Amino acid sequence: MEKDIITLAIETSCDETSVAVLKNGREVLSNVISSQIDIHRKFGGVVPEVASRKHIENINIIIQQALDEANITFDDIDLIGVTRGPGLVGALLVGISSAKAIAYALNKPIVGVNHIEGHICANYIEHKDLQPPFTCLVVSGGHTYLIYVRDYTDYELVGRTRDDAAGEAFDKVARALGLPYPGGPVIDKLAKEGNKDAVEFPRVYLEHNSYDFSFSGLKTAVLNYLNQARQKGEEIIVKDVAASFQQAVIEVLVEKSIHLAKERHSDRIVIAGGVAANEGLRSLMEKRGNEENIKILYPSRILCTDNAAMIGSAAYFNYINGKVSDLYLNVVPNLDLA
Amino acid sequence: MKVLAVDTSTVIATCAVMEDENLLGEYSLNQNMSHSENLVPMIKEVLDSLKLHVRDIDLYGVAVGPGSFTGLRIGIATVKAFAHVYNKPIVGISTLEALAFNLSFNGLIVPMIDARRNRVYTGIYRWKRDRLINVMEPTVMDINNLIETLPKEENILVNGNAVYIHKDHIKDKLGDRVHFAQNIHNHCRALSVAELALKKVDNTGNANYYNLVPEYIKESQAQGELRKKESDII
Ligand SMILES: [Zn+2]
Repeated sequence: MEKDIITLAIETSCDETSVAVLKNGREVLSNVISSQIDIHRKFGGVVPEVASRKHIENINIIIQQALDEANITFDDIDLIGVTRGPGLVGALLVGISSAKAIAYALNKPIVGVNHIEGHICANYIEHKDLQPPFTCLVVSGGHTYLIYVRDYTDYELVGRTRDDAAGEAFDKVARALGLPYPGGPVIDKLAKEGNKDAVEFPRVYLEHNSYDFSFSGLKTAVLNYLNQARQKGEEIIVKDVAASFQQAVIEVLVEKSIHLAKERHSDRIVIAGGVAANEGLRSLMEKRGNEENIKILYPSRILCTDNAAMIGSAAYFNYINGKVSDLYLNVVPNLDLA
Repeated sequence: MKVLAVDTSTVIATCAVMEDENLLGEYSLNQNMSHSENLVPMIKEVLDSLKLHVRDIDLYGVAVGPGSFTGLRIGIATVKAFAHVYNKPIVGISTLEALAFNLSFNGLIVPMIDARRNRVYTGIYRWKRDRLINVMEPTVMDINNLIETLPKEENILVNGNAVYIHKDHIKDKLGDRVHFAQNIHNHCRALSVAELALKKVDNTGNANYYNLVPEYIKESQAQGELRKKESDII
């Protein structure tokens, strides 16, 4: 039997300081997430300098907590994984500086991980027998990608947003509706009670056969609707607007994903990223998957948020495929996938 | 006792290793915005050359600011991780004190680091026998305010990277009683941080690899605005 590989992973790309310990890329021994959301909510969004300050305050405390919960010490670690981008530069720098120092101090290999790849790999943790190839939709506050995953470290980027990310549209519409930050979970909750057919918002499919997305037109349509209703003195039913907006977003996300899966004769669609926790998206995707005989997979809620376990999984699969970084590793704030 | 010290408060990344009174090695790079890439490889090169490794280090010193917020966090995160892995003590040293420590002078020593928009991070120091005493706490202020604040009857020696920006102006205002340090003493040197860390190791209070953070002096802009908003409400 081959020796187990223990990975220590660090994720600080945005407003979560997270450290995890994994065994062989799929088994989570610990996954500590320290969220700064209560601090950033006061500002109505993530403030980069504030996020960086919280990361440097927390990082070693969270590292120790992850080691303790996994019941290991630094000596047990075989591999270091760390997010190198995309993300906030100052925030990423705290994690990468810490990870590089640990890797050198322990004389162990280090892998700089693409955050988006991490979100995809969260599914390897959740679904122990999931293997590529599969169709993947990554949706989060900052990203919207349609990807065909050919192999563990081989991604074909098929579609992406041309303007706002899906999660960004949720935040902006939530703000216009007077709802708190972050907007996604609030709108998802309201949408369950609202009427999704109450307001006719546009479904933006772009040109025929395009796998790209655009959400800024939809956002503008919602803002226009709200302005007009206010001018006319009409009552705005927030839950109906939320439901109608969410439906317009998820219909496009789901239809494009199904279309790509069928085109590639892929029998599985994997959803990843923060918006993968959206129940409206999950249930519509499952309904359509049922109709088309496509299996739908997504991670549990905790693995949808930014977390270090997913970074550890990605680091492991890169490592066993020979993709290792060196001590000159640096952050790439606008890193692309593939 | 072997100490490894790091200073990344300014555009210079610098690390040094000392053993008791002896300098073993020092490596400084003046190359803008490359701290994150180069710092760990630099430290490795120094330690490799000395046939040492992180596990051989007994004490860490790190410049905690004021200076570039991002630079400070790179240095502090790196040193905290080293200290954490081998459970070693860590001493945070004021960047300004380390700069003043470069100089010996019979009068006031005023280090200054550029804080942009005509402002400098600065403090006032003086030697008393062989101890460097802090006379004015590190702060950030407009260069003109600083010049007015300085006592009239004393000789003054200034150093730091802000000297290159404000030299003529300072000379105009202060005339003969101001002296300028040699260029080599205007730069942050990890050697100063290392020696100060050794001197202070016994009375560092409770700083450790968990709680050590930069001394920003300036609060972040957003926090400042928030505080203003909150005090307006009150
Ligand atoms: Zn994310």
